[in-house]
Amino acid sequence: MGLRNYINKIKPDFEEGGRYARFHSTFEAFETFLYTPNKVVNTGAHIRDAVDMKRNMFYVVIALIPCFLFGTWNIGYQHFLSWGQDATFWQTVGYGLLKIIPLYLVSYIVGLAIEFVFAEIRHEEVNEGYFVTGFLIPLVMPADVPLWMLAVAVAFAVIIGKEVFGGSGMNVVNPALLARAFLFFSYPSKMTGDNVWIAEKADAFSGATPLGTILNGGTTEQLPSIMEMFVGTIPGSVGETSKIAILIGALFLIITGVSDLRIIVSSFAGAIVMGLIFNGIGANSAMEVPFYYHLMMGGFMFGTFFMATDPVTAAQTSTGKWIYGFLIGAVAILIRVANPGYPEGMMLAILLLNVFAPLIDWCVVAANVRKRKNRWAAAERSAK
Amino acid sequence: MGKNLELITKPLRQANPVTVLILGICSSLAVTAKLKPAIVMALSVTVVTALSNLVISLMRKGIPSKIRIIVQLIVVATLVILVDQFLKAFVYDVSKSLSVFVGLIITNCIIMGRLEAFAMAQKPWPSFLDGIGNGLGYGMILVIVAFFRELFGSGTLFGLRVIPEGLYNFGYMNNGLMILPPMALIIIGIIIWCQKPAEEKK
Repeated sequence: MGLRNYINKIKPDFEEGGRYARFHSTFEAFETFLYTPNKVVNTGAHIRDAVDMKRNMFYVVIALIPCFLFGTWNIGYQHFLSWGQDATFWQTVGYGLLKIIPLYLVSYIVGLAIEFVFAEIRHEEVNEGYFVTGFLIPLVMPADVPLWMLAVAVAFAVIIGKEVFGGSGMNVVNPALLARAFLFFSYPSKMTGDNVWIAEKADAFSGATPLGTILNGGTTEQLPSIMEMFVGTIPGSVGETSKIAILIGALFLIITGVSDLRIIVSSFAGAIVMGLIFNGIGANSAMEVPFYYHLMMGGFMFGTFFMATDPVTAAQTSTGKWIYGFLIGAVAILIRVANPGYPEGMMLAILLLNVFAPLIDWCVVAANVRKRKNRWAAAERSAK
Repeated sequence: MGKNLELITKPLRQANPVTVLILGICSSLAVTAKLKPAIVMALSVTVVTALSNLVISLMRKGIPSKIRIIVQLIVVATLVILVDQFLKAFVYDVSKSLSVFVGLIITNCIIMGRLEAFAMAQKPWPSFLDGIGNGLGYGMILVIVAFFRELFGSGTLFGLRVIPEGLYNFGYMNNGLMILPPMALIIIGIIIWCQKPAEEKK
């Protein structure tokens, strides 16, 4: 074990008083990344489950792999489709990889650099929180997003979304979504409209996403078929287009118990109820879009399965999760239909409910306290 | 003199009305998209705070405590109208871009706060200095916020292009979020974040 010996040899340099003590956190991060740490806590019991944070985060990344693979293929597919060129499967994937690898490099290098710097400043261990966020961020971006914008967005999301609140597990809103929201409001011309969803698109090709079509007053007939939207051969953010890939990943998360089924079910319920209400009103073409289309369009499914269920930013109480999920679904459809300025209501709905989650929890707890008080008072009365 | 000097320097840092007392936030969000209106606003607030502090301090023994808020309001309102007229006469374009926010100086918590907390119990000269100090403390934050917002939001400073044209050809774009008020709040938050540890070290 040459590597182990080498690490042991340089270790004293990074301990307190060593030459590179400043970089202790960085050293430690790499050491624990390579080898299981042999440190044991000496007070109290910390183990609740065999699943720890590292495992949890890793499961989410595994669940995202189908989306990643399909997204890579779809980038190439949409590009060649817009130019009307025929391409083999490997050409398609190759083009997709050429686009997506820089996105991942930027996302991880910038994000991890900031994480490491903050860990050093605070003398903390670098934790795995950014692992999932860094994987999610390119999946919620248009394939054509300029790399420097991505870097700025990642820096903003990690610093303002996470580090100001104290790092992983303390964040109020989902950092990956915050990165997207930041770009959405900062550089709208690169994040909305018909020209951003296909990498190096031919000008003649429309390139509108289904949501964009609705936004511009298009009718349901102009949308891609349900089947196309389900398989995912449509323009859109990298990871969101294929519902099959999302469902495969989601199934994995549900089976392993990482995602909470309550949030998923209630989010779908909220979207369906809101969709039906708008179908009932039917005042314009956006309201007439059948409710089941909404489940297939845009980032609804991706958001529900991978972002709304983020255990840190979601509501914690059981009843709270039902309310939280339902409101996400309902608000997402409400924003999509009622505010044509913001086609992607799902992002804004999740961010909004992230902020409200602690309030929802507080109300649930307070209601429970009141209920038990009343029950106790009733028992007291009947005893007299 | 040391004590008087402190009346001006303290509100710049450890008693800053915006970053420490979190007062006057609304106008800091509204007028800081560009540097020029921010500076004019900062000067206006400084003038109003200083003069109202002075006037109230001169009158402090004669003001019945039950109606003191009304009296303070009248003094502040008079000064604000004077400032408003002055701006309209000499820098009409800035006065237009500030719109209602000059009038809303009346409701600026910093002014009422200084009148209540300081001028009602202090001699005229220290009161005047305290008003100047707090106005400058507020103005300083306004200018810092406006600097970053105008630089990254419009690529200009005082309306002059600062970010070279060549950068735009490379794909650089102005940040639209900087123009929106939420970014002002975030920048103020960052200033507080940087200031806190520096203060605690002392």
